[in-house]
Amino acid sequence: MTTLSTALATPTLSRPLGRTVTIYLKEAKYEFLKSLRLRAYSFSTIGFPLMFYILFGLVMGKQSIGDVNLTKYLLATYGTFGIMGASLYGTAGALAAERGLGWLQVKRASPMPPFAYFTAKVVKSMIFSAVVVLLLFFLGFTFGGVSMPAPDAVRLFAILVAGSLPFCAMGLALGYFLGPNSAPAILNMIYFPLSFCSGLWIPFIFLPRLMREIALFLPPYHLAQLALSVFGAGQPESAWSHWGALIGFSLICLGVARFGLHRDSGKTYG
Amino acid sequence: MTATLALPQDYPNTGRPVPGPVASLRGVGFSYGQVKALQHVDFDVRPGELVALLGPNGAGKTTAVHLLLGLLKPSAGTVSVCGGNPVHSEVRTRIGAMLQVAKVPETLRVKEHIDLFSSYYPQPLPLPQTLAIAGLESIGDRLFGELSGGQRQRVLFALALCGDPDVVFLDEPTVGLDVEARRTLWVEIRNLVARGKTVLLTTHYLEEADALADRVVVIHQGKIIAEGTPAEIKQQTAGKLIRCLSRLDIETVRSLPGVLEVARDRDAIEIRAAEAEPILRELFARDPHLANVEVSSAGLEEAFLALTQDRNAETKSRRA
Repeated sequence: MTTLSTALATPTLSRPLGRTVTIYLKEAKYEFLKSLRLRAYSFSTIGFPLMFYILFGLVMGKQSIGDVNLTKYLLATYGTFGIMGASLYGTAGALAAERGLGWLQVKRASPMPPFAYFTAKVVKSMIFSAVVVLLLFFLGFTFGGVSMPAPDAVRLFAILVAGSLPFCAMGLALGYFLGPNSAPAILNMIYFPLSFCSGLWIPFIFLPRLMREIALFLPPYHLAQLALSVFGAGQPESAWSHWGALIGFSLICLGVARFGLHRDSGKTYG
Repeated sequence: MTATLALPQDYPNTGRPVPGPVASLRGVGFSYGQVKALQHVDFDVRPGELVALLGPNGAGKTTAVHLLLGLLKPSAGTVSVCGGNPVHSEVRTRIGAMLQVAKVPETLRVKEHIDLFSSYYPQPLPLPQTLAIAGLESIGDRLFGELSGGQRQRVLFALALCGDPDVVFLDEPTVGLDVEARRTLWVEIRNLVARGKTVLLTTHYLEEADALADRVVVIHQGKIIAEGTPAEIKQQTAGKLIRCLSRLDIETVRSLPGVLEVARDRDAIEIRAAEAEPILRELFARDPHLANVEVSSAGLEEAFLALTQDRNAETKSRRA
């Protein structure tokens, strides 16, 4: 009968901090494992940037842009390309599928702290971003003859991994508005043109003038410029304008994601 | 038919003191746009009870469960679970839910899914116990994507009970399962009640409600149309259907004692009755040419049709 009496007691929840931390850690750990084992995600997010970098950076990389070798230049831009893919697919792809096919609802019905769910997706995307950047560094330094002082390499790494955040925000916003089945196709249609127009595949200065003007409004352009500025290969704009653009973009995306979250609260799926 | 219905307000009538409900809907309405999914729904689930919410597809069962879980906001009335609003996570720590889900992440192991959900609750069951209760001991290390349909449902069942909740909502727990898998899950659901849990399950199988529930609430087109013990409900909605070739005319058959309804279907006649045997005896006695006799239990769907036709007829006559 104890269960019956507890069933009628007044509900109280004082989740100790330690348990909350445990939930966040487990949520992130299993989100990471889930994605790592999902080859559609882990192979393509890691494989595409590496393959592109090998083809365009290592195989064809004898030229220079100004006084910077192309293999070094493309390390920054394919790094941006890589973290963007890991972040967009890691958040938007996963959220659209789980939300559209009923899994998010099962989680929402549980006492899971909702923020843990989103944090896990972001943490996972940043880990994959870090892995992609490190592998690109390995290729560049080992086979591409890239060299830069250690502090510069650390700064480049830090900028790229931190640069995952605006694209995680973008992914969360998109995840609330894409259908579970169409999400991957639509993400490709956003990801590839956005990368190209931002000068991630072909260096910015080789883009047609119109495209260069459009690029100023594209978030990947700003991240790539920040990355390039580590070894002085960026456009002349100030770093603050790039950070400002990325922060503003993130806030807009988070606002959209928040709207999506609240819209969901009155709806059902599946 | 309607005269014998135990309507919700007539129930309970047991005379003994009734403990407060663990979960209740009071005057609840909910609409999806123009479609009224639930209208003026009242029902209670009392501690330690297993209540089946029975109804055909689209009756509003899932909507009712989603309202009880705080996933939907009622457009009218109040929802209460464990004395509180289920949108609050302190209330949710006392609820377990098994929902209909199109796709569960397939690249996590059974144990990992359970470990994660257990962490959401203040006092979860130990992992081996959860695995044992849901019959998953031998497949704890498998990836969800490798499991059969029955095993998948048992994992979702495990996620509902791993937090050792006081009340468990099961939305169509056995839908799409074969007979054996269904019976396995039935045993597990019964064990849940034996351990003192309160359970609300939805189903469109009368047989399932009969096998499991202490009390059945019948819902149709968003309204509660009957409530009672499985025996009471079966008596009201089931009955027998006799189909045969006979030379007797319809009027004669209709006049036989115990016949509820007679209809001609091509060459055959169809007789609906509470019990088949007395009517069969009469038919054989009166018609030596009686042939092709088939007796079946009237399906729930047919019973619902009969119920709603009665209701529609009532409304029409009132209007006229």
